[in-house]
Amino acid sequence: MSLLVEMNDKAMALGIPLSVHIDVTYRCNERCVHCYLDHDDKGEMSTAEIKGILDQLAEAGVFFLTFSGGEVFMRQDFLEIVEYARHLTFNVKVKTNGVMIHEAEAKRLKELGVEQVQLSVYSHRPEVHDAITKLPGSLKRTVNSIRFLKSQGLKVTMSNVMMTVNRQDQAGTHALAKQLGVAYTLDPTVTPKLDGDTSILSLRVDEDNLDELFTDPDLVGDVEEFCAAPAPPDEDLMEGYSCSAGHTACYINPYGEVFPCVQFPLPTGNLRRQKFADIWYHSPQMNEVRSVKVKDLTVCSSCSHAGTCTRCPGLAYMEGSMRGPSSSDCEKSFHRTGIPSANMLRKASMASHGPLVQILPMMM
Amino acid sequence: MSAECMAETYIARSSAIAARMLGGEMMIMSALDSTFFTLNEVATVIWQAADGHTPLSTIIESRVCPEFEVEADEAQRDAEQFVTELAQRGILLVSDKPIQETKPGMAEA
Repeated sequence: MSLLVEMNDKAMALGIPLSVHIDVTYRCNERCVHCYLDHDDKGEMSTAEIKGILDQLAEAGVFFLTFSGGEVFMRQDFLEIVEYARHLTFNVKVKTNGVMIHEAEAKRLKELGVEQVQLSVYSHRPEVHDAITKLPGSLKRTVNSIRFLKSQGLKVTMSNVMMTVNRQDQAGTHALAKQLGVAYTLDPTVTPKLDGDTSILSLRVDEDNLDELFTDPDLVGDVEEFCAAPAPPDEDLMEGYSCSAGHTACYINPYGEVFPCVQFPLPTGNLRRQKFADIWYHSPQMNEVRSVKVKDLTVCSSCSHAGTCTRCPGLAYMEGSMRGPSSSDCEKSFHRTGIPSANMLRKASMASHGPLVQILPMMM
Repeated sequence: MSAECMAETYIARSSAIAARMLGGEMMIMSALDSTFFTLNEVATVIWQAADGHTPLSTIIESRVCPEFEVEADEAQRDAEQFVTELAQRGILLVSDKPIQETKPGMAEA
């Protein structure tokens, strides 16, 4: 067992929030077609408020801190916030589009000891990337910032979201990452907007693309192992939890609201009125999230994929129940292994029985 | 006694690290190469006392020996080994003179 896994298990047992993701702003200079956020500023936290929260997070035992947005550099105080976080000895990761990072910003991030910078790149072709971000020239600026960050010796990851509008460029984007000498991640997940609008889900790639993705050794490593049929779930697994949300991780939005995860829009408290420790340890919502074991999942507990599925409780929550299935993860498990999930079998069975109530027009 | 014998060792935490206590153990990650460490209770006490101006011998005498009921000579040997290892990995600064406090973003002496 690696030391990190060991520490994570220890944090889980002690109820310590090891990782926190903070969106310091929802404002952004890009307007990505798949973005789930509302970019209007509805009263984001001040520098002093964020520093106060960082003090509380350090006190609570948080080690990994991710700053994201919106675009973090839309805040003029962003580097001051990072400096304060590093002074409190957090391990800091920054997610950004890089458009506002030049040599000076890259140098400062390095000086401050930022662990990693993750930048979103959706294509190697400006006409595709810029059409997604709706910011002309954005690919060129992001790639320039990657070069600045790399030249400082920072660890850089290029993250791509595979969608209908850029699926054909996946290989080219990956090649660009290799050419720049940075790590590359690809995620086919498109989530509903935070206000519940599901229109952007039409950007999700289809089944063939998932098959292609899961059988690419460049992305998944050992394909045979990655696509292997899941082992039968055992008792330990049933007594365990499917995700770190609410257990060792949580999310804070620019308005001080705390959620189990960035993808889990269940409000659990507000740091403008409550202390972090009160929310983390005593919020009924947070406690409900962490009470759900694999055995408690309404459909997934009987699924053969229970031990290997990437089931997201936040996506399940958005589908109707934090204890229910997350359909997009069911599809991923199916396309990875060829074995339908319990949820898919249930839906197929319901469809074959026809409607429970049939209403026929009255014959006159 | 020679001047060499009189020399004190001063230790300071590097600013190029992330660190947090977790259940009595100190977790440390180097920002230089992302190496992850955990320190046991004794090492954690030394780490926390590494302020750059308290000599290592004083840390051992005033903190390690009374808290862990160990002999000073043995504790000194173990501490020196620990300090050397962490210094080699760049997460602890060692000098025979007091070390100025460093913060992230400031150049280390």
